[in-house]
This record gives sequence, C-alpha cells and structure tokens, in this order.
Amino acid sequence: MNFRTVRPGITAINMSVSVQIKNINKKFEKLEALRDITLSIPPGELFGFIGPDGAGKTTLFRLITSLLLADKGSIAVDGLDSETDYKKIRNITGYMPGRFSLYYDLTVEENINFYASIFKTSLRENYHLIKEVYEQIEPFKKRRAGDLSGGMKQKLALSCALIHKPELLILDEPTTGVDAVSRKEFWELLKKMQKTGITILVSTPYMDEASLCDRVALMQKGDLMAVDTPSSIVDGYNGDLWQISSSDMHAIVADLTGIDSRIEKVFRFGEKVHVTTHNIDNKELGVIIEGVLDGAKHKNILLEGAKPQIEDCFLALMDEKG
Amino acid sequence: MWPFIKKEFFHIFRDFRSMLILFGMPVAQVLLFGFAITTDIKDVSIAILDNSKDNVSREISNKLVSSGYFILNSNLSSNNEIEAAFKRGDIKEVVVFESDFAQKLQREGVADIQLIIDASEPNTASMINAYTSGIINSYSLELMKKQGKIPISIITEPKMLYNSGLRSVFMFVPGVITILLMLVSAMMTSISITREKEVGTMEAILVSPLKPIQIILGKVAPYVLLSFINLIVILLLSAFVFDMPIRGSIALLLVESILFIVMALALGILISSVSKSQQQAMLLSMFALLLPTILLSGFIFPIENMPYALQLVSHVMPSKWFIIIVKNIMLKGVGIGYFWKETLILLAMTVFFILMSVKKFKTRLE
Ligand SMILES: Nc1ncnc2c1ncn2[C@@H]1O[C@H](COP(=O)(O)OP(=O)(O)OP(=O)(O)O)[C@@H](O)[C@H]1O
Ligand SMILES: [Mg+2]
Repeated sequence: MNFRTVRPGITAINMSVSVQIKNINKKFEKLEALRDITLSIPPGELFGFIGPDGAGKTTLFRLITSLLLADKGSIAVDGLDSETDYKKIRNITGYMPGRFSLYYDLTVEENINFYASIFKTSLRENYHLIKEVYEQIEPFKKRRAGDLSGGMKQKLALSCALIHKPELLILDEPTTGVDAVSRKEFWELLKKMQKTGITILVSTPYMDEASLCDRVALMQKGDLMAVDTPSSIVDGYNGDLWQISSSDMHAIVADLTGIDSRIEKVFRFGEKVHVTTHNIDNKELGVIIEGVLDGAKHKNILLEGAKPQIEDCFLALMDEKG
Repeated sequence: MWPFIKKEFFHIFRDFRSMLILFGMPVAQVLLFGFAITTDIKDVSIAILDNSKDNVSREISNKLVSSGYFILNSNLSSNNEIEAAFKRGDIKEVVVFESDFAQKLQREGVADIQLIIDASEPNTASMINAYTSGIINSYSLELMKKQGKIPISIITEPKMLYNSGLRSVFMFVPGVITILLMLVSAMMTSISITREKEVGTMEAILVSPLKPIQIILGKVAPYVLLSFINLIVILLLSAFVFDMPIRGSIALLLVESILFIVMALALGILISSVSKSQQQAMLLSMFALLLPTILLSGFIFPIENMPYALQLVSHVMPSKWFIIIVKNIMLKGVGIGYFWKETLILLAMTVFFILMSVKKFKTRLE
C-alpha cells in the first residue's frame, strides 16, 4: 500500500493525491489560453483558481483530466502523467464541468444512477459517500434535473461527481449562477468533504470565495499572477488602501477620480468605494476629499483605512503586470 | 452499458420532437407520397422477341432502336427466355412480335405487338410504354400512307411485370424505407451525440472509465431497435393500406435492412465527430445524407436518365444499392443470388464507415 503524507489534522479516509503542473502552455490557434503555468498542489488541499472570464481555469482543468492536450509542459496526478496515464487518472478523478453536465430531461435519481453506473458502481453501494450532499436533494428525486433551482442542480452535480469515490475532485465554477445562501452552504460542504482527505481543485470568478480555500492561484488571461494562502496574499499587499462612503454612491467614483496625482485608483467595492494612494496620510486625504466632494450632494462622508481584500490584491497585481 | 441505453431511451421518449420524427414520419411519408413525378427516358435497354422475322417486324425493331430512347440488349428466341432476361436485371422491356406479323397485317389489317415492361419503377414503366407505342403508331401511319390502301392497325398490348397495377406506392415504399432508416439512424444519432457535446455532458462521460466503443454502442443501440420498429411499421402500413406485396423472403429483407441501419448509424457517428453543434449535425445529415439519398439513389429519378457524372456519384451512395436490394426482394421476389453483389458493396461500405467512425471518435475534446 502506498503511504502518502496528509496534512496534519486530517484523517485520511480517502487516499488523496497530489497534482504537479509543470511549465504548461496551451494555445488555441493564436490565443494563448495558458502561459507557462507551474504549480504544485499537495494531497488533501482545497485549492482555488480565482480569475475572471477567459483566465484559463476551464482549460487548465481540461488539461488535468486530459480532455485537452498541452502544447508544452506536463501534468502529473498522483505521479501519473496526464497524457499517457489518463485512463488511470480519470478513474480516481471526480470532475464537475462548468455547466454542471446534468441531463435536464432525466430525474435527479436517474442522473445519479446513470453517473454511478458509468463508473461501475451504484447509488446504494456508495450512498454513504454522498449522503451529506444527496440528502438535501433526495426529497426531489423524482423531479427532472431541469426543473431544479441553481443550488439544487449544483448539489446534484456534486453528488454525481462524488459517487465513484474519487481521490481528486475538480469543480469548475460550481458556484456560478447560484444564490448567495446556496453558495455558502456549498462551501461548507466542500470543507466537510475535504476532511475525508480528498484533494479538491475548485475554480471561481468570485474573489470573496478565495478566503475559503487553503491556497489560491490568481489567474488572469492565461497567467498565474500569484499562488499563496489567502492571508499571505492579502498581507503582501503594499500601498495604502482606504474605504470611503457618502450619501451619493452613484456619483462618488466619478467625483473622486483624477483629483490628485497621489490618488491612484478609485473603484467601487461592495457597498463602499476603495481608493489606493501613496505618500499621503489619513488627515491630508480627509482634507482633499472634503474639499472636492460637494457638500450638497455628498452627506455623511466616511473615510477609513481599509483592510485589503483578495480583489484589491488582484487589481494591484493586474496593474503590476500591465 | 445497459444503463446507458436506458438513459438514451428516456431522452427519446421524453422529447416530443424525437417522437414525432420517429413515429409520425413513417406514417406521414407512407401515406403522403401519392403524387407522381414525371421523368424522361433515354437509352432504355430492351430485348426483342421476334416470332415473325419479316420485313415489317424488322423495320419496327429498327425504328425503336434508332429512336435514341431504346438500346437493343438482346434478341430472344422464345417466350421461355423472357422471365430470365428480366431477372438478370439489365432490361426494362421486351417487345414481342406475333408470328406471321406482316402477313396478318396484309391480310387482316390487324396485327399484335406485346410490350412486356418492368414496372417496378412505375413512372419509368409508363413512359416506356408511351414511347414504344408512339413509335409503333407513327410507323403504322407511315405504312398506311405509303400503301394508300385499306386502314391497317398495329395493336400494342402493354403488360406490366412485377407491379401490375402500375402503382407508384410500390415504387416508393423501398425509397421511403431507405430514407426513414437513414433519417432515424444517421440524423437522430448524430444529433443526440452532438447534443451531449453542446450541453457538456459529453465531458463528464469522456472522463468516466467507459471505452469509446461502449459510449458509441450505448448511444446507437436504441436507434437500431427503433429503426427496426419503424421498418416494421412501414411494411405493415404498405401491406395493409396499399396491398403492397413482399414477394421475396421477409427474413432476408430484415437482415439486409439491419445491415443498412448499421451503416447509417456509423455515418451518424462520423457526422457527430465532425460537427460542433446539434444544428451543424442536422444540416450535415440533411445535405450530406438525406438529399443525395432522395435525389441520387434512383428513388425519384431513374439513374439511367442522369448525366454520366451523377451516375458515377450514385455508385457511392449506399442507399442506391439498398434500394436495388429492397426492390429485388419486395417486387421481384428473387433471392440473394440476384443481388449478392449489391449486398457485398453495402457490407464493404458498412465496414468502412464503422472503422472510420470508431477511429474518429475522440476520447478528448479536440
Ligand atoms: N476550444 C477552444 N477553442 C478556442 N479558444 C478557446 C477554446 N477553449 C477556450 N478558449 C479560449 O481560451 C481562453 C481561456 O478559456 P477558459 O475557458 O479556460 O477560461 P475560464 O477561465 O474558464 O473562463 P470562464 O469564466 O469563461 O469559464 C478564452 O479566451 C477562451 O475563449
Ligand atoms: Mg470556464
């Protein structure tokens, strides 16, 4: 039996596997979808690929599952080469493609039975593996998958990906198009999943989900901009960050842009506006802002130092790379 | 693989459009094709049985052969040879002159010519009849003018073989069987495979340990069965609604049909591996399979009347060979001995397309 190191504090029920990505390049005609990606993911990690549309997340996942072949570089899953040993890799991998890959004209039960059968197992045999997820949709098992809500579709797709006891779970944008409550539940499920020792790769365009991963890779247009734990990425942020709010949040971004050369960026961030600056302190910034914002329009102006979020780091990294 | 097949049946039975194509089409097609399409004839092979061998009969034979519509294939010497000549399959008509033809015409002013015509293609048959009779009539007018005597008449008696009622239904049924098997097998499978690509489920299936051959079989097995049921429906309809006979062996007909179905399925898989969307698969099936089947297989337009280039193209149409086989079995009632060549050609095409489709089917996305 293979002995594999597992992160401390994790009971290895599943045998989890590592993923080694080396100098991967992938082009679609002229478009460079992935540029020289190198990355190592240890067994049992919950690893997030964070990036907007076109970052290359799906392409990378397809390379790992050998649905696509790389132009250059290699990928090893549990030491198996993704190009030559893809059959073995596919046996131990649970893959949930971007659009859930459910049969909308089949019922919940039929979907899960089908996926179980093509992996040569059955719902009854592996019920315990997916109990946690499947229980929540079981009351609707006679309903067609197409009639499920986004959150339920996502849970069904996850059940289908887990039914054959994979050691590596790859989830492509599982939370896209799903309501906030379901998203939160879903991440809680993933955390529980992870405790069984399975290695999980998950991609998401939502920056706020980064903090839920052990480590994340920030991706943009085929480049890997940073790979680290969410907290280290945030700690690495340099420059000053402020958050500002007023009674007129519609006008505020335009009103603050281009007022001083030391103010670099002004952008909407959730309920507030984030402003990055250099060589300027709290007091001076306060004076400048008070002076610029028209008192009749902007009431209750609030300025405070902000703790950088992953999104801030992402934008800063994007600027750095040009 | 059984769950795969079961799932495929669910898709079909839950999709109104599929059900319509599957079960509405055969009924509609068989019931609708009453309309006739006029076609022209040219270079039709005929045989002549001249029981008289006199001046007049020879002159008429010459007129026929030099008209440009007919080519003399052979001269027969007795009635017994007629059936064999037809079964060999290269002639469409036998012109029979009664004995003492010229003498009778002189003495009684009336003589008979019998036209025995292969009517398994009813349109062509009635054209052949009209042209032959026309040529003979104009000859008898000429003769009258020349002799300037009492009126004479040469009576032509057409006799239609294989399809005595000259009913176009009999001609169309083999064509409709071919088209429907093509449609259900090739088009429906290619669409159902590309649908999985489009929806993204193909990605999940490819990532499973299923072998390509298992995926393919799982996808096509239901359509083999459904095509087969379809075939039976068409045969029953044509038998009970139009009194269409099956003169040959039904078992042989079914076996040949299965061969054709498998060939069409392989084509469907091939189409799905080159198309990216359901729409593309549908258009490809339409233009690469269905239209040529309708236009070039001899279903509507007799192949003999096509330009030479198109005749060459028709040789690579599997449906052409299948239609010949079906007509032979249903209308002529002959056995495999008469169409083993066509069967072999069909078999070779089937094997070729299966190999191609398995080779082209990818375990990856590109
Ligand atoms: N099969 C393909 N042919 C051509 N270009 C492709 C193909 N697949 C992906 N691309 C391109 O490669 C780039 C990366 O695509 P990818 O799907 O990996 O991005 P992503 O990070 O998954 O984004 P999304 O949020 O849109 O899913 C995009 O610009 C995309 O248009
Ligand atoms: Mg994607």
